[in-house]
Amino acid sequence: MEPDYHAMRAFADTWGLLAMALFFLCVVGFVLRPGARRSADEAAAIPLKED
Amino acid sequence: MRYTTETMLVGLAAFLALLGAGFAADVPFREHAYVLFVVLAITTIVMMRRIDFSGDKMIPLRADTPGDRTGGRVVARSETAVNTASAGSTASIAYMDDVVRYGVIATVFWGIVGFLVGVVIASQLAWPDLNIQPWFNFGRMRPLHTSAVIFAFGGNALIATSFYVVQRTCRARLWGGNLAWFVFWGYQLFIVMAATGYLLGITEGREYAEPEWYVDLWLTVVWVAYLAVFLGTLVRRKEPHIYVANWFYLAFIVTIAMLHVVNNLSLPVSFVGAKSYSAFSGVQDALTQWWYGHNAVGFFLTAGFLGMMYYFIPKQANRPVYSYRLSIIHFWALIFLYIWAGPHHLHYTALPDWAQTLGMVFSIMLWMPSWGGMINGLMTLSGAWDKLRTDPVLRMMVISVAFYGMSTFEGPMMSIKSVNSLSHYTDWTIGHVHSGALGWVGMISFGAVYHLTPKLWGRERLYSLRLVNWHFWLATLGIVVYAAVMWVSGIMQGLMWREYGDDGYLVYSFAETVAAMHPYYVLRMLGGAMFLAGALIMAFNVYKTIRGDVRREVPMGTPALQPAE
Repeated sequence: MEPDYHAMRAFADTWGLLAMALFFLCVVGFVLRPGARRSADEAAAIPLKED
Repeated sequence: MRYTTETMLVGLAAFLALLGAGFAADVPFREHAYVLFVVLAITTIVMMRRIDFSGDKMIPLRADTPGDRTGGRVVARSETAVNTASAGSTASIAYMDDVVRYGVIATVFWGIVGFLVGVVIASQLAWPDLNIQPWFNFGRMRPLHTSAVIFAFGGNALIATSFYVVQRTCRARLWGGNLAWFVFWGYQLFIVMAATGYLLGITEGREYAEPEWYVDLWLTVVWVAYLAVFLGTLVRRKEPHIYVANWFYLAFIVTIAMLHVVNNLSLPVSFVGAKSYSAFSGVQDALTQWWYGHNAVGFFLTAGFLGMMYYFIPKQANRPVYSYRLSIIHFWALIFLYIWAGPHHLHYTALPDWAQTLGMVFSIMLWMPSWGGMINGLMTLSGAWDKLRTDPVLRMMVISVAFYGMSTFEGPMMSIKSVNSLSHYTDWTIGHVHSGALGWVGMISFGAVYHLTPKLWGRERLYSLRLVNWHFWLATLGIVVYAAVMWVSGIMQGLMWREYGDDGYLVYSFAETVAAMHPYYVLRMLGGAMFLAGALIMAFNVYKTIRGDVRREVPMGTPALQPAE
């Protein structure tokens, strides 16, 4: 159990952390990309389309 | 609707429960199996009474002419053709709202049960004579209260609103036909089994996950069905974009499934016994428990209800959310950060220091998405703040977002190790939980119930907006009393515990700190009673609205006295 735990912990605070941080930055970049405002406004109007 | 197969299955399950009672390995399991048997037997009787046994509904005898049967088949086929034709036309989609109506009623019912048990256990703390042994002592009633408010009240609110919102924002009927009914009734059975188990003394001893292994397995089945209904509806959507509320609901469903399964990995002593042992031991078990415990707060009580906020506040204010792009960032930041915050429940324990610090740091980072979400909710009203004067339902939703901001400020502060050394194990924590649970979760759910009731039952408006206003003030003042009292008593308690004299001994014994808190316990009970009174007013208002009554009253926002002309 011990080596498994250390290997997983080492993975979590290196590549795992890096992958998640990069994914998050990509999300932010995608959301704030130029021209995203129009599609965001359309999406925001979805609940108001019906009753 | 004929539910014959379902009725037979429930009857069979009732029989199996009876067998379980007969072959039980221990007394609690026997008692619990009898409870299950009675519940399922009554369900079977109710379902059988709804089956139509009149002549033409019976299976035809062999002596009948074969022509009849072919005729019946032709009719069935033409019916299907009609159904597909009506489904093909996009003029109006027939939403499945019956299950949402039941969900709204169940939300109100379980809310009152949960708040009432809360007032009872608050009274038990103030006046210990109220502990009625063995079934109604504090130790058994406390998980009944927490599960009733979180899983019965909150869970039903989440299931009902998610079914409503996903249909509206996807413009598609719920997937899976009667599977949604299975989710609803299966979840009620889970609640009944969990609640009766606590009173019988059956518990895993894991906070907010007390039900034993067989109830856990049942919840897993129901939850997978819930996920299937929700995902199936998303897949069938006619709206190209998945609205952000559905992202939050989906994160809630998926994460709760994962947390529930991992936290409840355990080995039963016997397959006809109530006792099981956790697959983990020692500090790993504690960390698993609080990884579950804090993410239950993060994904059940926060993400799910944020889904509610992102649909019902724009609907009630009749304007789109302030920033849709902020809501997406809010979503991803929240789910990435929350999952690491659990270790802050285990400061200064055997948990490794680095894990404690990790939990603290991620809790503090949570400030940003939480406040981003709060600002997004509040700013949705920018330019329409005047609606707060006339619409108490909207006011309820806004105060809930304000409480969300307040408790997500307080939480990260309390997760800082030096603050935690004072606050941990004291009533301050209880106050913090209640400002979040009563303020944020309770108020946004009440707002959703008030929004939904006239819509679902086709009423022009609620029975009375003035009563909503009463509910609003009773609930708000009740929370303020509760939280303020718990701050004072909690900080007092923490300071008394750590007080050393010049001789190096503790100044106060534990019993002295308990005695000092008595007045605060009485006041806390009063705060809870105010909150309960507000909920009773809501139940009355909802009942009258469903009946179709409309109270004649002066509209909100008009001055009490008009100047003479």
